[in-house]
Order: sequence, then C-alpha cells, then structure tokens
Amino acid sequence: MNNKIINWFRYASPQSFYPLAGRMVPWFWALTAAFGVVGLYISFFVAPTDAQQGEGYRIIFIHVPASWMSMFIYCVMAAWAGLGLIFNTRLSGMMASALAPTGALMAFLSLWTGALWGKPMWGAWWVWDARLTSELILFFLYIGFIALQSAIDDPRRADKAGAILALVGVVNIPIIYFSVKWWNTLHQGSTINLTKAPSMAQTMLWGMLLMALCFWMYSIAVALMRARAIILERETHTEWVKQLVEVKS
Amino acid sequence: MKPRHKRFAIIAGGLAAIGIASVFVLQALDSNIALYITPSEIAAGKAPQDKAFRIGGMVKEGSIKRDNITVNFIITDTAKEIPVFYTGILPDLFKEGKGAVVQGRLGADGRFAATEVLAKHDENYMPPAAQHAVDQAQKAQETLKQ
Repeated sequence: MNNKIINWFRYASPQSFYPLAGRMVPWFWALTAAFGVVGLYISFFVAPTDAQQGEGYRIIFIHVPASWMSMFIYCVMAAWAGLGLIFNTRLSGMMASALAPTGALMAFLSLWTGALWGKPMWGAWWVWDARLTSELILFFLYIGFIALQSAIDDPRRADKAGAILALVGVVNIPIIYFSVKWWNTLHQGSTINLTKAPSMAQTMLWGMLLMALCFWMYSIAVALMRARAIILERETHTEWVKQLVEVKS
Repeated sequence: MKPRHKRFAIIAGGLAAIGIASVFVLQALDSNIALYITPSEIAAGKAPQDKAFRIGGMVKEGSIKRDNITVNFIITDTAKEIPVFYTGILPDLFKEGKGAVVQGRLGADGRFAATEVLAKHDENYMPPAAQHAVDQAQKAQETLKQ
C-alpha cells in the first residue's frame, strides 16, 4: 500500500481514527451551531408565509432535513456495513453502529413532525400511504439493526449480522424516495428534484438547505463521538487505549 | 480472485437479487399500495364492491353545496366525476379546485358516502403575493383563449 499517494487504510485502524475523530468533532459542532442559527433565523423570520398553508408550513424546515438525513444516513450505514463485510476492517462495523441511533432519531423526527404537519393540513395524523409506511419501515429497520447488534455478545459477529440486515434494508430507500411517483399517495411529490427547478420561493429554499446542512453537521458530530466511545469500549484491552491520557486519569 | 473480490461479488449479487425480488413483490401489490383510486378507475369498474375505499381527485369548482351539516361536493379527475356527501369537520385546506382524498362507500345511487375527508396539497410553496401573480397570469391566459 506504500506506493499509493494517500493511504486510505491508515485511518481504517481504530488507533489512528480515534484521535483524528477527536480533532474533527469540535469543528462539526461549530458548523452545526452556525448553520442552525442562520437556518432557523431564515426559516422563522425571513422566509415568507405560504399562500396555501399559512405559517403551518414552517415545520417543513425540520421535517424535510430530518427525512433526507434518515434516508442518507441509512445509505452511509449500509455502505460502511458492506465495506466491513468485504474488507474485514474493524472500524467499518463501528461506524455503522455509531450511525444507527442518529438515523433512528432522524426517522422518528421525520414521522413525528410529519404527523404534526399532517393533522392541520390533511386532516389526519397518519394515513397508510406508501410514503409514510415506507418511512415507518425505515424506522423499524434502524431499531431492528440496533436490537440485533445488541443481542449478539461477540462484536465481530454482531457487526456481520447487522451488516447483512443493513444491506438488505437498502432496498427500502428507493421505495421511500420514489413512492410519491410510483403510487397514488396523500403525501405530495418532491419539491426539490434533480430534474427540474425547485417549486419553492427562494428564501424558503435557503432556509431548508441551511437546516439540512445543520442536520448533516450534527449527524457527523454525533456519529464521530459515538464512534470514539465504541472504539474505547471495544479496544479496552489494547495497549494504546491504556496509554490514552483520558483513560489513564 | 481474492477473497475480498469474492465477498464483493456475493454482496453485489445478493443486493441485485433482493432488488429484483422487491420489484416483483411491489408489482404484485401495486393496486394495494395505492392509497386511493380515481373517478375514471371507478367508471372502468375497478371500485371494490361492498367495501370501503378511497377516492382521490380534485374538488370540482363550484360543486360544494352545504345542506345543514352535510356537505355535498364532486370529486373529479377532469375526465370523470363522483358526487360525494359527508357530515363532519373538513380540513382547512379542503377547497374547490384543490386535491382531496375521501374514504367511504359507493351507494347504489352512484353517490359516495364519505366517512373521512382528507385534503391533499401540492409540493409548491410560495408567498401569497406570488400565488396571486400566478392566479392572475392563469386568468389572463384563459381570457386570451376565449
């Protein structure tokens, strides 16, 4: 591996990843706060009232970023899980486990804010619509992943079992994303598309994108912190962990 | 083939197999996944008999008629229409010319007795002034056509 310019596998070892993650965490927290403050200000004070839904639409600034993150984190988690199975790297499984609770939180937020939004606008907290149901399945996949991993004592076996579940569940992601296109749903179609201009006023769009960045940074910060905790837990017996200042004191 | 190439092939193959299997499952479930059917589908005889179901479409312009506490209106998909009556509280976004999904049973007289009415809004978000401008532009175009 020494003939490569960047040695990707260097940071695949928990020992070198642990301090790197520690150095990155404060930066991601700072970015979370910055994007959050600006994003919330634009969302609640700058963005105009919606013509149809009045002020109630503003829950979109939490709902959409949370839903995006719930799907994206699942993809990243499954990618880590797949890498772990293929390369047998220890860190991959730890990253997947570190992402799962944040993903579950995002899926829950998405469902919860969706219910709060659905009642005043649609007239129902919940409908068994393809979009809502597939997002609920995503939430259960996260919960199932966490439960499966914690049911197996040997962490390496837990990683493998979890990885298979995570990979199988990936099939649900395109279903969530395209559900509003493929079937008749009560949930409206996507406002933000790759193929056409967003059907949303400019300032609303800015608010939503900044909030999405805030959620993104938050997820990275929390996942890195959790990954550090998992590394310490799983590598307690190793010499390098015993030498750490925070462990010694 | 290195072991990790083999593992990669197994995972890729497995994912492809699961993907194809889900496509078939979803196709088989197609009509059950749809939340509602359209008035045209009812006209084509696709409405379930003696069973509650949902119809989705637009509330026809000028069709809302209040009779005491019962509301009568027409759900249309611009091709076919279904008259609906409902007694109860309507969501705020339930308006003429906007989307709605109604749940209930189709009577022998062809009228749909709704037990639940949901408003369906679109994915466009704009300030009232912009909405007003869009409405004006549409009106202007319609006048030009006439």
